Amino acid sequence: MEFLIGTAVLLLIGLIAGRASEKRHFAELERREGELRDMLVTDIHYPPDDVELPRGGVMIIGDAVIATDYLKSFIAKLINIVGGRIGVYESLLERARREAIVRVLQEARNNGYDAVCNIRIDTADIGGMAMGAKTVTVAISATGTAYKRRHMPVPGSQLKSC
Amino acid sequence: MLQDSSQDLYVVNTETIPGMTIIRALGIVQGNTVRAKHLGRDFAAGLKNLVGGELTGYTELLTEARREALSRMLEEAQALGANAVVNVRFSTSAVSQGAAEIYAYGTGVYVEPDTTASG
Repeated sequence: MEFLIGTAVLLLIGLIAGRASEKRHFAELERREGELRDMLVTDIHYPPDDVELPRGGVMIIGDAVIATDYLKSFIAKLINIVGGRIGVYESLLERARREAIVRVLQEARNNGYDAVCNIRIDTADIGGMAMGAKTVTVAISATGTAYKRRHMPVPGSQLKSC
Repeated sequence: MLQDSSQDLYVVNTETIPGMTIIRALGIVQGNTVRAKHLGRDFAAGLKNLVGGELTGYTELLTEARREALSRMLEEAQALGANAVVNVRFSTSAVSQGAAEIYAYGTGVYVEPDTTASG
Protein backbone atom coordinates (compact mmCIF):
# COMPACT_ATOMS: atom_id res chain seq x y z
CA MET A 1 0.00 0.00 0.00
CA GLU A 2 2.73 2.42 0.99
CA PHE A 3 4.57 1.54 -2.15
CA LEU A 4 1.50 2.38 -4.22
CA ILE A 5 1.07 5.73 -2.52
CA GLY A 6 4.74 6.51 -3.04
CA THR A 7 4.49 5.65 -6.72
CA ALA A 8 1.34 7.73 -7.09
CA VAL A 9 3.07 10.74 -5.51
CA LEU A 10 6.06 10.38 -7.81
CA LEU A 11 3.79 10.07 -10.85
CA LEU A 12 1.97 13.19 -9.75
CA ILE A 13 5.27 15.06 -9.42
CA GLY A 14 6.16 13.93 -12.93
CA LEU A 15 2.78 14.91 -14.26
CA ILE A 16 2.86 18.41 -12.79
CA ALA A 17 6.54 19.41 -12.63
CA GLY A 18 7.64 17.41 -15.68
CA ARG A 19 4.87 18.68 -17.92
CA ALA A 20 5.41 22.25 -16.79
CA SER A 21 9.14 22.16 -17.38
CA GLU A 22 8.70 20.60 -20.81
CA LYS A 23 6.13 23.18 -21.83
CA ARG A 24 8.36 25.98 -20.58
CA HIS A 25 11.34 24.59 -22.43
CA PHE A 26 9.45 24.30 -25.72
CA ALA A 27 8.19 27.88 -25.40
CA GLU A 28 11.70 29.11 -24.66
CA LEU A 29 13.15 27.17 -27.61
CA GLU A 30 10.53 28.69 -29.89
CA ARG A 31 11.49 32.19 -28.76
CA ARG A 32 15.24 31.70 -29.08
CA GLU A 33 14.95 29.99 -32.45
CA GLY A 34 12.89 32.93 -33.62
CA GLU A 35 15.63 35.35 -32.63
CA LEU A 36 18.23 33.32 -34.54
CA ARG A 37 16.16 32.75 -37.66
CA ASP A 38 18.19 35.14 -39.82
CA MET A 39 21.36 33.06 -39.45
CA LEU A 40 22.45 30.78 -42.25
CA VAL A 41 22.51 27.21 -40.95
CA THR A 42 23.48 24.22 -43.07
CA ASP A 43 24.77 20.70 -42.66
CA ILE A 44 26.74 20.97 -45.90
CA HIS A 45 30.49 20.32 -45.68
CA TYR A 46 31.47 23.55 -47.40
CA PRO A 47 31.56 27.12 -46.14
CA PRO A 48 29.45 29.88 -47.72
CA ASP A 49 31.11 31.34 -50.83
CA ASP A 50 31.20 34.94 -49.59
CA VAL A 51 33.04 34.57 -46.31
CA GLU A 52 34.62 37.68 -44.88
CA LEU A 53 38.39 37.27 -44.79
CA PRO A 54 40.97 36.98 -43.31
CA ARG A 55 39.32 35.06 -40.47
CA GLY A 56 38.16 31.91 -42.21
CA GLY A 57 35.87 30.27 -39.69
CA VAL A 58 35.84 28.82 -36.23
CA MET A 59 34.44 25.64 -34.77
CA ILE A 60 31.75 25.91 -32.14
CA ILE A 61 30.24 23.26 -29.91
CA GLY A 62 27.02 23.13 -27.93
CA ASP A 63 25.73 20.46 -25.60
CA ALA A 64 22.48 19.67 -23.85
CA VAL A 65 21.74 16.96 -21.32
CA ILE A 66 18.10 16.48 -20.45
CA ALA A 67 16.58 14.12 -17.93
CA THR A 68 13.34 12.27 -18.12
CA ASP A 69 10.71 12.66 -15.41
CA TYR A 70 9.12 9.91 -13.39
CA LEU A 71 5.90 9.88 -15.38
CA LYS A 72 7.73 9.56 -18.67
CA SER A 73 9.86 6.69 -17.38
CA PHE A 74 6.75 5.00 -16.06
CA ILE A 75 4.88 5.29 -19.36
CA ALA A 76 7.98 4.13 -21.23
CA LYS A 77 8.26 1.06 -19.03
CA LEU A 78 4.62 0.19 -19.71
CA ILE A 79 5.06 0.58 -23.47
CA ASN A 80 8.19 -1.53 -23.21
CA ILE A 81 6.04 -4.49 -22.28
CA VAL A 82 3.86 -4.36 -25.37
CA GLY A 83 6.31 -2.61 -27.70
CA GLY A 84 5.61 0.32 -29.99
CA ARG A 85 6.34 3.98 -30.24
CA ILE A 86 7.51 5.74 -27.07
CA GLY A 87 6.33 9.27 -27.74
CA VAL A 88 7.33 10.56 -24.32
CA TYR A 89 11.00 9.99 -25.13
CA GLU A 90 10.70 11.45 -28.62
CA SER A 91 9.93 14.86 -27.18
CA LEU A 92 12.88 14.48 -24.82
CA LEU A 93 15.27 13.91 -27.74
CA GLU A 94 13.73 16.74 -29.72
CA ARG A 95 14.24 19.17 -26.85
CA ALA A 96 17.86 18.14 -26.38
CA ARG A 97 18.68 18.42 -30.11
CA ARG A 98 17.03 21.79 -30.53
CA GLU A 99 18.67 23.09 -27.37
CA ALA A 100 22.15 21.97 -28.47
CA ILE A 101 21.73 23.59 -31.90
CA VAL A 102 20.37 26.82 -30.42
CA ARG A 103 23.43 26.97 -28.15
CA VAL A 104 25.77 26.66 -31.11
CA LEU A 105 23.93 29.40 -32.99
CA GLN A 106 23.78 31.65 -29.95
CA GLU A 107 27.50 31.34 -29.34
CA ALA A 108 28.19 32.05 -33.02
CA ARG A 109 26.00 35.14 -32.91
CA ASN A 110 27.57 36.36 -29.64
CA ASN A 111 30.97 36.24 -31.30
CA GLY A 112 29.86 38.18 -34.34
CA TYR A 113 29.25 35.37 -36.83
CA ASP A 114 26.14 35.05 -38.98
CA ALA A 115 26.44 31.60 -40.54
CA VAL A 116 27.04 28.14 -39.16
CA CYS A 117 27.89 25.40 -41.63
CA ASN A 118 28.31 21.66 -41.38
CA ILE A 119 26.26 21.22 -38.24
CA ARG A 120 26.77 17.73 -36.89
CA ILE A 121 24.73 16.18 -34.12
CA ASP A 122 25.99 13.38 -31.91
CA THR A 123 24.33 11.47 -29.16
CA ALA A 124 26.75 11.09 -26.29
CA ASP A 125 26.53 8.26 -23.81
CA ILE A 126 27.67 10.07 -20.70
CA GLY A 127 26.20 7.81 -18.07
CA GLY A 128 26.98 4.51 -19.69
CA MET A 129 23.34 4.05 -20.61
CA ALA A 130 24.33 1.46 -23.18
CA MET A 131 25.95 -0.45 -20.34
CA GLY A 132 22.79 -0.57 -18.30
CA ALA A 133 22.72 2.57 -16.17
CA LYS A 134 19.32 3.00 -14.58
CA THR A 135 18.54 6.65 -15.17
CA VAL A 136 17.41 7.82 -18.56
CA THR A 137 19.14 10.98 -19.69
CA VAL A 138 19.55 12.26 -23.20
CA ALA A 139 22.88 13.89 -24.02
CA ILE A 140 23.23 15.65 -27.35
CA SER A 141 26.32 17.37 -28.74
CA ALA A 142 26.13 19.71 -31.72
CA THR A 143 29.19 20.90 -33.62
CA GLY A 144 29.43 23.43 -36.43
CA THR A 145 31.77 25.92 -38.04
CA ALA A 146 30.81 29.58 -37.79
CA TYR A 147 31.51 32.11 -40.54
CA LYS A 148 30.96 35.78 -41.10
CA ARG A 149 29.59 36.61 -44.53
CA ARG A 150 30.48 39.75 -46.42
CA HIS A 151 26.93 40.72 -47.18
CA MET A 152 23.61 39.72 -45.80
CA PRO A 153 21.82 37.37 -48.16
CA VAL A 154 18.70 38.21 -50.09
CA PRO A 155 15.82 36.79 -48.06
CA GLY A 156 14.70 33.45 -49.42
CA SER A 157 17.95 32.68 -51.21
CA GLN A 158 19.90 31.45 -48.19
CA LEU A 159 20.67 27.96 -49.40
CA LYS A 160 22.26 29.20 -52.61
CA SER A 161 25.12 30.88 -50.81
CA CYS A 162 26.45 27.67 -49.33
CA MET B 1 34.70 29.43 -28.67
CA LEU B 2 37.34 26.90 -29.35
CA GLN B 3 39.91 29.24 -30.80
CA ASP B 4 40.94 30.53 -27.38
CA SER B 5 43.29 27.66 -26.63
CA SER B 6 45.41 28.23 -29.70
CA GLN B 7 44.92 31.51 -31.52
CA ASP B 8 47.24 30.63 -34.36
CA LEU B 9 45.51 27.42 -35.38
CA TYR B 10 42.49 27.25 -37.64
CA VAL B 11 40.03 24.64 -36.45
CA VAL B 12 36.99 23.90 -38.60
CA ASN B 13 34.74 20.93 -39.17
CA THR B 14 34.28 21.84 -42.81
CA GLU B 15 36.63 20.41 -45.42
CA THR B 16 38.06 23.71 -46.57
CA ILE B 17 38.94 27.06 -45.04
CA PRO B 18 37.80 30.09 -47.04
CA GLY B 19 40.69 32.18 -48.28
CA MET B 20 43.20 29.44 -47.55
CA THR B 21 44.78 26.78 -49.71
CA ILE B 22 45.83 23.49 -48.23
CA ILE B 23 49.50 23.06 -49.14
CA ARG B 24 50.13 19.79 -47.34
CA ALA B 25 48.01 17.26 -45.50
CA LEU B 26 50.03 16.07 -42.51
CA GLY B 27 47.80 13.26 -41.37
CA ILE B 28 45.19 12.48 -38.79
CA VAL B 29 45.45 14.09 -35.37
CA GLN B 30 43.49 12.97 -32.37
CA GLY B 31 42.81 13.58 -28.71
CA ASN B 32 40.70 11.83 -26.15
CA THR B 33 39.59 12.08 -22.56
CA VAL B 34 37.74 9.73 -20.27
CA ARG B 35 35.46 11.32 -17.71
CA ALA B 36 33.48 9.96 -14.83
CA LYS B 37 30.57 11.80 -13.37
CA HIS B 38 31.04 12.62 -9.71
CA LEU B 39 28.80 11.71 -6.87
CA GLY B 40 27.27 15.12 -6.25
CA ARG B 41 26.26 15.47 -9.84
CA ASP B 42 24.91 11.94 -9.85
CA PHE B 43 22.78 12.68 -6.83
CA ALA B 44 21.37 15.81 -8.43
CA ALA B 45 20.70 13.81 -11.58
CA GLY B 46 18.80 11.22 -9.59
CA LEU B 47 16.52 13.93 -8.25
CA LYS B 48 16.15 15.51 -11.65
CA ASN B 49 15.02 12.18 -13.03
CA LEU B 50 11.85 12.55 -10.97
CA VAL B 51 10.87 16.01 -12.14
CA GLY B 52 12.59 16.17 -15.53
CA GLY B 53 14.56 19.03 -17.04
CA GLU B 54 18.10 19.88 -17.98
CA LEU B 55 21.03 18.46 -16.03
CA THR B 56 23.30 21.50 -16.21
CA GLY B 57 26.08 19.71 -14.35
CA TYR B 58 26.24 17.03 -17.02
CA THR B 59 26.03 19.57 -19.82
CA GLU B 60 29.07 21.35 -18.37
CA LEU B 61 30.86 18.04 -17.94
CA LEU B 62 30.26 17.17 -21.56
CA THR B 63 31.39 20.55 -22.88
CA GLU B 64 34.45 20.51 -20.65
CA ALA B 65 35.36 17.01 -21.85
CA ARG B 66 34.98 17.98 -25.49
CA ARG B 67 37.24 21.00 -25.00
CA GLU B 68 39.82 18.81 -23.32
CA ALA B 69 39.80 16.23 -26.13
CA LEU B 70 40.03 19.02 -28.67
CA SER B 71 42.94 20.75 -26.96
CA ARG B 72 44.87 17.46 -26.91
CA MET B 73 44.15 17.07 -30.59
CA LEU B 74 45.46 20.59 -31.19
CA GLU B 75 48.66 19.84 -29.28
CA GLU B 76 49.24 16.89 -31.57
CA ALA B 77 48.56 19.05 -34.60
CA GLN B 78 51.07 21.65 -33.47
CA ALA B 79 53.65 18.95 -32.84
CA LEU B 80 53.17 17.83 -36.44
CA GLY B 81 53.77 21.35 -37.68
CA ALA B 82 50.18 21.90 -38.79
CA ASN B 83 48.66 25.37 -38.74
CA ALA B 84 45.09 24.17 -39.24
CA VAL B 85 42.90 21.18 -38.51
CA VAL B 86 40.07 20.49 -40.91
CA ASN B 87 37.15 18.09 -40.87
CA VAL B 88 37.12 17.74 -37.08
CA ARG B 89 34.80 15.06 -35.74
CA PHE B 90 33.77 13.99 -32.26
CA SER B 91 32.78 10.58 -31.06
CA THR B 92 31.81 9.25 -27.67
CA SER B 93 31.73 5.80 -26.20
CA ALA B 94 30.84 4.34 -22.84
CA VAL B 95 33.88 2.80 -21.22
CA SER B 96 32.01 1.54 -18.20
CA GLN B 97 28.89 2.51 -16.37
CA GLY B 98 29.43 6.06 -15.22
CA ALA B 99 32.46 6.76 -17.38
CA ALA B 100 32.55 7.94 -20.95
CA GLU B 101 35.25 8.60 -23.48
CA ILE B 102 35.11 11.70 -25.65
CA TYR B 103 37.29 11.47 -28.72
CA ALA B 104 38.14 14.26 -31.15
CA TYR B 105 39.89 13.71 -34.45
CA GLY B 106 40.63 15.65 -37.59
CA THR B 107 43.17 16.12 -40.34
CA GLY B 108 46.17 18.28 -39.58
CA VAL B 109 47.07 20.42 -42.58
CA TYR B 110 49.40 23.22 -43.51
CA VAL B 111 47.58 26.12 -45.14
CA GLU B 112 48.64 29.34 -46.80
CA PRO B 113 46.53 32.34 -47.80
CA ASP B 114 45.12 32.20 -51.32
CA THR B 115 47.27 34.01 -53.84
CA THR B 116 44.29 34.55 -56.10
CA ALA B 117 42.01 36.79 -54.06
CA SER B 118 38.89 34.86 -54.89
CA GLY B 119 37.67 33.94 -51.41
